[in-house]
Amino acid sequence: MRELVSELPIDFAAVGYAAGQTAILEDISLRLDRGEPTALIGPNGAGKTTLLRLAMGLNQPSRGLITRGGARGGPPVRRAFVFQKPAMLRRSAAANIAFALRAAGRAADRPTIAALLGQVGLGECATRPARRLSGGEQQRLALARALARNPEVLFLDEPTASLDPSGTKAVEDIVLSIAARGVKVVFSTHDLGQARRLATDIILLVAGRIVERASAQSFFACPASAEGAQFVRGDLVV
Amino acid sequence: MRSLVDGTDALGLILSGDPKLFAIVRLSLLVSLTATGLAAVLALPLGALLGVARFRGRDGVIVLCNGLMGLPPVVVGLVAFLLLSRSGPLGAFGLLFTPQAMVLAQIILVAPILIALTRQVVEDLWDEYRDELTAMNLGAFTAVPALLWDARFPLATILLAGFGRAAAEVGAVIIVGGNIDGYTRLMTTSIALETSKGNLPLALSLGIILMGLVLAVNAFAWTIRRWSEAVAG
Repeated sequence: MRELVSELPIDFAAVGYAAGQTAILEDISLRLDRGEPTALIGPNGAGKTTLLRLAMGLNQPSRGLITRGGARGGPPVRRAFVFQKPAMLRRSAAANIAFALRAAGRAADRPTIAALLGQVGLGECATRPARRLSGGEQQRLALARALARNPEVLFLDEPTASLDPSGTKAVEDIVLSIAARGVKVVFSTHDLGQARRLATDIILLVAGRIVERASAQSFFACPASAEGAQFVRGDLVV
Repeated sequence: MRSLVDGTDALGLILSGDPKLFAIVRLSLLVSLTATGLAAVLALPLGALLGVARFRGRDGVIVLCNGLMGLPPVVVGLVAFLLLSRSGPLGAFGLLFTPQAMVLAQIILVAPILIALTRQVVEDLWDEYRDELTAMNLGAFTAVPALLWDARFPLATILLAGFGRAAAEVGAVIIVGGNIDGYTRLMTTSIALETSKGNLPLALSLGIILMGLVLAVNAFAWTIRRWSEAVAG
């Protein structure tokens, strides 16, 4: 039986990340702790995805230190990630869930699989090839796969970037229900409406730096930074 | 006119179920299927590991594997002959001029093809799956079984290509098998021998069966591909 240790809070201490000679993130210090969803917002190329990948442990920082639950490093036991374009295994939807369950060391029995598919509204799609599902259905299946890990923290990288409004609504409803169960949700988006709908904690990232962190209410009502004000007005697009 | 008569006689041999003819076909299938199966046991995991592993000299290993796909069968036969001959390292087993020797030669011939093509398929799949599987706490090596399973349809095609190569080659098996009547005579070696003897009906009938097998293998590969697209997406 795997010991379940908490991976929260996730602390960044003066973290920098560079790809070759190009600095992607610089001097990032932040804490992601239990609580309401956190939205990483910012223009394209701000470093949102990289920050999420570092928090997940998919990339290692070039400088600084990241700890999870006070410990450095460690495999992703209780954290899960949903990618902007999730890769579907060449199997049925149910087999995708079964794989994720087994990878998490959980029993891949029919009731568990059915329950997970049901949570994301894919109960009728269990036997369909995952790669034949629509974009919205694939994104929901990726969410179910992430939930199969029974995560304490769930990272979502622009989860609705390529979805139509109804697909976006379906994914947002699932994310809210996941957050309501006590899972820490951290997601990136450049959709301010989505950030308003889902998050209570906003982190604004511009050119690889955190320029503002505030509650959603105060950020959208009265941004403290010039960049925040520009972004809310829609002026900061680069 | 002679060709027409030979062709008619060849069809007659096939349709009459000539026992000598079908013994050759049976042995050929047994040798090539065994060689492909044993080569697969070795080559699929090796190819997959090469697809996901990153180590110094990897590019050189890949170039070598790709190069070995074009191994001339007679060179393979020569190498296998030297290995199995009485003074060779495997001489004590007394395998030269046996069906087992032909299996060994075909394994040497087929394994590089399977390794090189498996490596390519698995590497492409790993590129696609890497982030997802890493997020599921699976490393490159622990992901290999999943990668092989998800690559099962292209791998089936690769195995059929390997079988086709084994079944169609003549140079290696004639050197290590000796083309002994009723013991190590295969379709390809028989065709070569019977043609040189002027026994064209038997050579033609074997050629027709060999072509039929190759076409059947390709039809099977195509069917698998279409079926896989429908089933696994």
